[in-house]
Amino acid sequence: MSTLITNVCKQYDNNQGKTVLSNVSAEIETGEFFVIVGPSGCGKSTLLRMIAGLTEITDGEIAIDGKVVNNLPPKDRNLTMVFQSYALFPFLSVWDNVAFGLKARKHDQAEVSERVNNALKMVNLEDLKDRKPRELSGGQRQRVALARAVASDAKICLMDEPLSNLDAQLRIKMRQEIYALQRKLGITLIYVTHDQVEAMTMADHIMVLHDSKVQQIGTPTEIYKNPANEFVASFFGVPPINIMYASKVGAHSIKVNNDYQLDLDQAVTENELKVGIRPNEMIVEKAEELQSNATVQNVEFLGDEKIVHAKFNNGVMVSAIVPSDTEFDMFETVKITSTGNVLLFSQDGINITENKGGLVNA
Amino acid sequence: MLKTSTTNVVPEKKVEAKNKTKFRLTANDKYYASIFAGPSLFLLGLFTFYPMFRTLYISMFLTNTFGNTTLFVGLENYVKLVTSPDFVSSMWVTLVYVVGVTFFTIAMGLLLANLASQKLPGIAIFRTLYSVTMGVSVSVAAIFWLFIFNPSAGFFTLLTKLLHLPTVNWLSNPTMAMWAIIITTVWMHLGFVFLVFLGAIESVPTTLYEAADVEGVSKHYQFFHITLPMISPTLFFISTITIIGSFKSFGLIDLITKGGPTNATNMLVYRIYNDAFFGGNYAKSSAEAIILTIIIAFFTYLQFKFLEKKVNY
Repeated sequence: MSTLITNVCKQYDNNQGKTVLSNVSAEIETGEFFVIVGPSGCGKSTLLRMIAGLTEITDGEIAIDGKVVNNLPPKDRNLTMVFQSYALFPFLSVWDNVAFGLKARKHDQAEVSERVNNALKMVNLEDLKDRKPRELSGGQRQRVALARAVASDAKICLMDEPLSNLDAQLRIKMRQEIYALQRKLGITLIYVTHDQVEAMTMADHIMVLHDSKVQQIGTPTEIYKNPANEFVASFFGVPPINIMYASKVGAHSIKVNNDYQLDLDQAVTENELKVGIRPNEMIVEKAEELQSNATVQNVEFLGDEKIVHAKFNNGVMVSAIVPSDTEFDMFETVKITSTGNVLLFSQDGINITENKGGLVNA
Repeated sequence: MLKTSTTNVVPEKKVEAKNKTKFRLTANDKYYASIFAGPSLFLLGLFTFYPMFRTLYISMFLTNTFGNTTLFVGLENYVKLVTSPDFVSSMWVTLVYVVGVTFFTIAMGLLLANLASQKLPGIAIFRTLYSVTMGVSVSVAAIFWLFIFNPSAGFFTLLTKLLHLPTVNWLSNPTMAMWAIIITTVWMHLGFVFLVFLGAIESVPTTLYEAADVEGVSKHYQFFHITLPMISPTLFFISTITIIGSFKSFGLIDLITKGGPTNATNMLVYRIYNDAFFGGNYAKSSAEAIILTIIIAFFTYLQFKFLEKKVNY
């Protein structure tokens, strides 16, 4: 059941025809974990709702398993959906919540109870089947919603930010459970999130949406190591990548932030460009004031490592990851450089790093 | 003053909570409690509790034409009432009326609210129209409906003439008079009930319906298995106040049928009013009032006992 999205557009009639999505295309393979990620307001939920059939498609085509579904109501698309708010019925027990859709479609009694019981077993909720949703914790409610998706037997499951109502600890746990469940059931899972960590940890393929356009589709490694543009580079990674202006000073060297010179393995083609350096590629050394080029603004201790936020003398902020046994104080003067493992972007943000496989993935 | 009171009270509370003894009010607390509760207790006492107990008192006496008690007769007034066919018929008439009004008000209110909750262009016009009866006073409504029921020139008569059907004498036929009163009361209640139902329906999260859509649940099933259970607390509230309200209906009856024809619409409240202020029998009407209060309390108790648990999820 591959899902094919071709040039899908969405405009709302009101709001002066504001474009929410323009020319979105993607192929979602059967049985894969596909994550749609982007900042809030980028149209990712709209895209999911269009796949589900809850929102109309303005232009383009969505096909599921070779069949165009543009005008099919949600129920005929053979999919299931988990909502951010879980959409549980407060007046029904856990068991009845899971059975709701099956009962409504008049499946026979024995089949309903078998499927519901199996689904509840799958998410470890058998003991709580008689509870009402209000008697459950956030994580348990989430699992009821999952059980409902499991019981419906649909081959495609859509999830709209299912973990955003949970606390950080539980989110990590449920992330693993959802991932395990998807692998076990072999369903196609289309998952919307604004959390880049969720996207990176679970996805087979990630679609990055921004400004109503697809920025990049790729595996988590591709997206991280070889981002299509400045936005994708800065969206993934904590703390975010440092983007600075740079200028060409030699065939293979650039001057970063009008400050330090960096020799690269690749030829530099443009005179003015931007350079993206991951915080773990930054090198921070203590330096006397005269030799220094930056001042430490803040140091965050994370256990194994520390994040140093520093300000270059010309005002540009950078963050760097350093081992946790190195000591930096606030307002200490430092010398900041970086390794040659950097990404190059054109002035308008397109990735122009050469020899992408070799250099970037090294 | 306030400051000392809080410093006095807080540590004491803590100690008591630890010892799990009963919470006790200090003199200071009592002072403030009486300031806050006093005025409303005074007003309620003067205008609600005193008349209530006075009615109970009068109902056990005989009274003269000024309403003064003369002779203590115990429960004799009550015995007379429940054995009088007139009064029993009034109870039945009231019951029919209450059941009819409650059923049709809720059914129509739900229907209209469900229709008006659709996302359609221009739906706001209908929402306004359906709720407009809330702003109509009883007397205006009565005059308006009297015109509609008028046997020679009323709207219904014109309608039946147009369709070559026999003319209905709405207000002189006992059965039709009851219908006329029910229709008018339902119409009066509808605006408020519609608005409350609309609010309740609108506040059901849309994701519940979307989840049902995705699962292939029909709209009809969604209404009975999502909308109704979700608004059941409102349904309970509306049915309680409609039942109480229709037991107490007076204005429309007085203005449209005056209890007639042949006592067909002589509800309890109207009977109480007539017996007291036209019959001058204050003792009898006080006893009737007490019986009405007991009936209303009984119905409300039944509702709370059997329905309240089911509607709170």
